[in-house]
Parts: sequence; C-alpha cells; structure tokens
Amino acid sequence: MAARGSSFLSQRRLASIGRYLLLGFFLLFVLAPIYWMFNTSIKPSSDYLAIPPVWFPDEPTLVHYEAALFTYRGLQGIINSLIVSLSATALSALLGTLMAYSLARFNTGGQHLSFWVLSQRFLPPVGIVLPVFLIYRNLGIHDTHFGLIMAYTVFTLPVSVWMMFAYFRQMPKSMEEAALVDGWTRWQAFWRVAVPLAAPAIVAAAVFAFIACWTEFFFALVLTGRTAFTLPTVFRSFIGFQGAQYGEAAALAIVSLGPSIVLGVLAQKHLVRGLTLGAVRG
Amino acid sequence: MAEVNIQRLEKHYGAFHAVRGIDLEIPDGEFTVLVGPSGCGKSTLLRTIAGLEEASGGSISINGKVVNDDRPRDRDVAMVFQDYALYPHMTVANNIGFGLKARKMPKAEIEKRVGEAAQMLGIVPLLERFPRQLSGGQRQRVAIGRAIVRNPSIFLFDEPLSNLDAQLRDEMRGEIKRLHQDIATTMIYVTHDQIEAMTLADRIVLMRDGLIEQQGAPLDLFERPATTFVAGFLGSPKMSFLPGRLGARDGQVGVAVGEHFMPLPQGRAPDTVKGEKSVLLGLRPEHISRAQGEAPTPGSVRYDALIDLVQPTGSRSYATFRLGREPVVAELQAHDVSRAGQKLALDINMNRASIFDAETGRAI
Ligand SMILES: Nc1ncnc2c1ncn2[C@@H]1O[C@H](COP(=O)(O)OP(=O)(O)O)[C@@H](O)[C@H]1O
Ligand SMILES: [Mg+2]
Repeated sequence: MAARGSSFLSQRRLASIGRYLLLGFFLLFVLAPIYWMFNTSIKPSSDYLAIPPVWFPDEPTLVHYEAALFTYRGLQGIINSLIVSLSATALSALLGTLMAYSLARFNTGGQHLSFWVLSQRFLPPVGIVLPVFLIYRNLGIHDTHFGLIMAYTVFTLPVSVWMMFAYFRQMPKSMEEAALVDGWTRWQAFWRVAVPLAAPAIVAAAVFAFIACWTEFFFALVLTGRTAFTLPTVFRSFIGFQGAQYGEAAALAIVSLGPSIVLGVLAQKHLVRGLTLGAVRG
Repeated sequence: MAEVNIQRLEKHYGAFHAVRGIDLEIPDGEFTVLVGPSGCGKSTLLRTIAGLEEASGGSISINGKVVNDDRPRDRDVAMVFQDYALYPHMTVANNIGFGLKARKMPKAEIEKRVGEAAQMLGIVPLLERFPRQLSGGQRQRVAIGRAIVRNPSIFLFDEPLSNLDAQLRDEMRGEIKRLHQDIATTMIYVTHDQIEAMTLADRIVLMRDGLIEQQGAPLDLFERPATTFVAGFLGSPKMSFLPGRLGARDGQVGVAVGEHFMPLPQGRAPDTVKGEKSVLLGLRPEHISRAQGEAPTPGSVRYDALIDLVQPTGSRSYATFRLGREPVVAELQAHDVSRAGQKLALDINMNRASIFDAETGRAI
C-alpha cells in the first residue's frame, strides 16, 4: 500500500514538474525576443552583432530612443497613429454595433447581407490601393488623418460587425422586448439594454480593430506622406544605404508595444468573454 | 382596467401561418388562460396583443380602440416572460423601477412604488442585488414585481412558471391567482400545462394549430369537451377513448364496445338514433368507481374488470383494465385495488361519459 501511495505521489509530482517545465519553456519562447529587442535598444551600436553576443550592455544608453523619437520623427508617428487608430476604432465600434444589431434583430438585407459584409475581407487590400490612392489625391485627402481614418474604419468594419453580429444573435431578445413593453422606444432599448449587455463583444471588436489599425503598414505607406505618416511607416527609414539602424528600430518597437500592453490589461476581462461569444454568459 | 377584443387575427411568419383567424373577447378583469400544445400559436397571440409582433391581418382593440399600429409602450400592458428577461446589468430595484423611469416618474415616487411592490412580493431584502445573485423563484418574483409596479391595464404572462421546480411552481401559481383576486386586473396567461390552466382560469381558451378549439369556463371545457382534442388535452390521467357503435338495442340507446353494450341513461342519449353510428366513447378515470351493492346505481354500467396495471399515488390509485380491446384507466380509492391480475367489479357512470363522432371527433 505504502509503496503504491508514494509512487502515486511521485507521479503527481512528476506531472507537475513537467507542467512547469513546459510553461517555462513557453514563457522563454515568448519573452526572449522582447528581451533581445529591449537589450538591443540600449546597446551601443558596436555591440549589435558582437560575437559572443552581449547579454546586457556594460554601458546602457538612451541615444537610440532619442534618435528614433526625434531625428526619425518616431514621436510624431506615434501621435499620428494614436489619432488615426483611436478614431477609426471608435467609428468602427459605433457603426459596427449599429449595423450588427440591425442585421441580428431585423434581419436587414435578408439572408445574404451579413455574409456579404464579411466577404469584403476576402479581397486582398493590395488590389484596391492604387484606385484609393488616386481618389484620395483627387479629393485632396491624401496624407491627412481624416483620409486614413476613413480607410481604416472601412477595413475594420467587416470583422467588427461579424463579431458583434454573432453576439447579438445569440443574446435573448426578451430583455429588449421587456424594455419595449416597459415603455421605452426601440432606440432607447438598444442603448440602455442591448448595448450594455453586448459590452464584451463591443470591447473585443474594438481591441481587434485597434490592433489592426496600430500595425497597418501598407495603406499608411501609400496614403500618407510627410504629415500624417503613422508609426509602422517610420520603421522603413531604419533600413537605409548605410545599413540597418538596429538600435533605433528596437527602441521604437519597444515604445510601440506600450499601447498594446495597456489595452490588453484593460480589456482582458471583457476580451475573453467577447471572444467566447457569450458561451459563458453569467 | 381594460377589455380586449380580437377579430379575425392572423399572423404569418413568412410562409408559415401561426395564427389563423382568431376571434376572442376578453372582458375587463377576467383571468383568461390561453392553453394548448407547444407550437399552437399561444405565444404568438400574446405577443401580438403586447405589440411585440405585428398582426398580418385582423384587428386587436383595447377598450374599444384599435391598437394594431400602436407601439408596445402605448398599449399600457405589462408582460412577464418565460425566461424572466430581467435586465442583468441592473439591481433588482432598478429592474422593477425601469418602466416607471421610462414614464419620467419622479425618483422619490419610483422608490416608493418599488418599495411597495417589493413589500407585496416579499423581496425587500433583495432590492440591491443583481439578477445573477437570485434563485429562480426570486427572479420570478422580481419579474412579477416589474409588472405590478406599473399598474398596467392588462397583465400578460407567457409560461411564467415553466422554469421553476414543481413545488415552487405550485406556490407561485397560488400567488398569481391571489394577485388577480386582489387587484382584479385583466390578465392573459399562456401555458401548455392543463393543470395551470384549470386552476387559474376564469376562462380557458384552448388552442390548436393557430385556431381556437374551444373556450369557456374551466369546468365547462372539462365536463363538456366539444372535441376529442379538448377532452384528451384536459385531465390527467387522460380520458380513455373507446371505439364503439352508437345505436339502440332492446329499445335502449347505448354504445356497443366490442360485444359489450353500454346503455346510456335518459337525457344523456341523443333523442333520435337512426341505425348505427361509429363513435368514440370517452371515459374519465373519475367516472369509474368500485361497485357497491347488488345493482349499479342508476345510469351506471357494471363491468367485471381484470386489472392489468396499478399506479398508486397515495390517496388514489390508478388502475388500468381492458374494455373490449382498449385500455381504460379508473381512479379508485387507494385501498380498493391492490395488484395487477386482480378481478374487480367496477361501475362506469354513463351520465358523465362523452360521446364523439368517430369521423369528425366532435361531441354528439
Ligand atoms: N419568429 C418566428 N419565425 C418563424 N416562425 C415562428 C416564429 N415564432 C414562432 N414561430 C412558429 O409559430 C408557431 C407558433 O409559435 P408559438 O406561438 O411560439 O407557439 P406556442 O407558444 O403555442 O408554443 C410555431 O410553429 C413556431 O415555430
Ligand atoms: Mg410559447
């Protein structure tokens, strides 16, 4: 008995050691590149490709941050990116919520409109970039925040609509109906009952939209120039004829992680619920 | 206070015809129960009265005014939903007061009314909780409170008890009936449960496939069902239907079930019988009792039954036997019957038997 008991115990211990090893390995896998990026951002240029590698610089420096943010106008890129991404995200969430609600509750557009919305994502963006560029130039909105906000709103809408559509559709109608009978209009029932209940999906869709805008490169490259350029386009300047500016690239990359981390922490609670599409609604 | 008048009401869902021309008058203050099997259109009818569904044809009037085009909020109705439909993001107090807020009532007045309703339903200690922190029965009370507080002219209930366990259901059923006795407001109540219908209703409206099969006082429907459908729907255990032939034998009108001739008492038999007619003889369990004395009481038929199934319930036992080929259930005193295989003389009270045309299913 005793022998069996202890072998059982040690089996459990083995299993838990195995689990921690696996988790540790995974953590290393995720964090190592970030560490290396950080490490590179504070290294003197001479240490970038040194052999053996420099795990932590003897004399950490902030020159790359200064160069990336000011010489290469990274700070302006961040400000532009924040303006464009936040505006497009807000618009996409607002319009997406209205549209998803309409599709889910009133079956707007019959069987096919909802799928047509999603199908807009099947088109490779490269396919339309030239016409959009020409239209923007003619309208005089090339290289403006407004132009990029419009483009990003349109690009993020299909996925936003679909995430929220799925959520609204599985949400019981009866709470909104109770509000209607209770004396509210449809519009009031939407804002006071449906929207608060769909908050997890709205937050999840907004996070996705924000990340998509924050990291978008191609359209930003074509539709902006010296004024409305966004953060991702700044990285282009780090690869030049004199070789790559590793330190500056790493420094700006570290800075650009900031909003994603803040967002992730803020939205974590909602995000999980939104992504499981209400399966765990309490 | 309100009376409801429904004329030739129709509801289509695409190609599906859910309500197929219903005429219904509901007097002020009456407790009307819409009952019928699942899918017969009860909820659709109720929701059309509430204004949550648009009528495809016909009219609905409340107090003489056609409301077809009125929004739900303009009809002065309150509704209790099957899933309670409480607002999950609001406290119980705000749930109950939400409808008053919509009508721009002053805050202090809302608080006072919510307090009164909560008092009445015994949920005062729950007022600051959220719906997810309540049990099923408590949620039910909140849902009722939300309706009461509005003091509407019509209450609508859509299967409000079907998510509760049996004991709680009985308790809440009593409370709803008491509520109606106290406030005497028009109530329309949907259920598929015939016991709920019988116990609550001033009037039962029994529906089938989008039409009204029969309506009337509960006991009228129970004792004088117009069709086999009504007869089979109301009552538990169900009425037994025996195929037989209605005709005269030795100058007496009766029903022959197999070789067994069961004479009908005067008054119960149709006046004229021409030849023979295929019928269904409907017997309820409580129309059959253990034989007492030498001869059956007037109007009864004695039958020597071979019991083949006994189901005791405590006070009563349900005994199944065969009459001709068909199984018949009798409701007997618990100690009158002990086991399957027992031989027992039974009296069948033909005064209360129902007779239906075998082809149309309509009562004769
Ligand atoms: N929104 C709808 N769309 C299509 N068919 C519906 C809809 N609502 C109800 N029905 C159909 O109408 C019939 C009656 O439904 P309902 O009134 O809910 O029945 P009950 O409440 O008597 O069980 C059912 O066959 C149901 O499938
Ligand atoms: Mg129903």
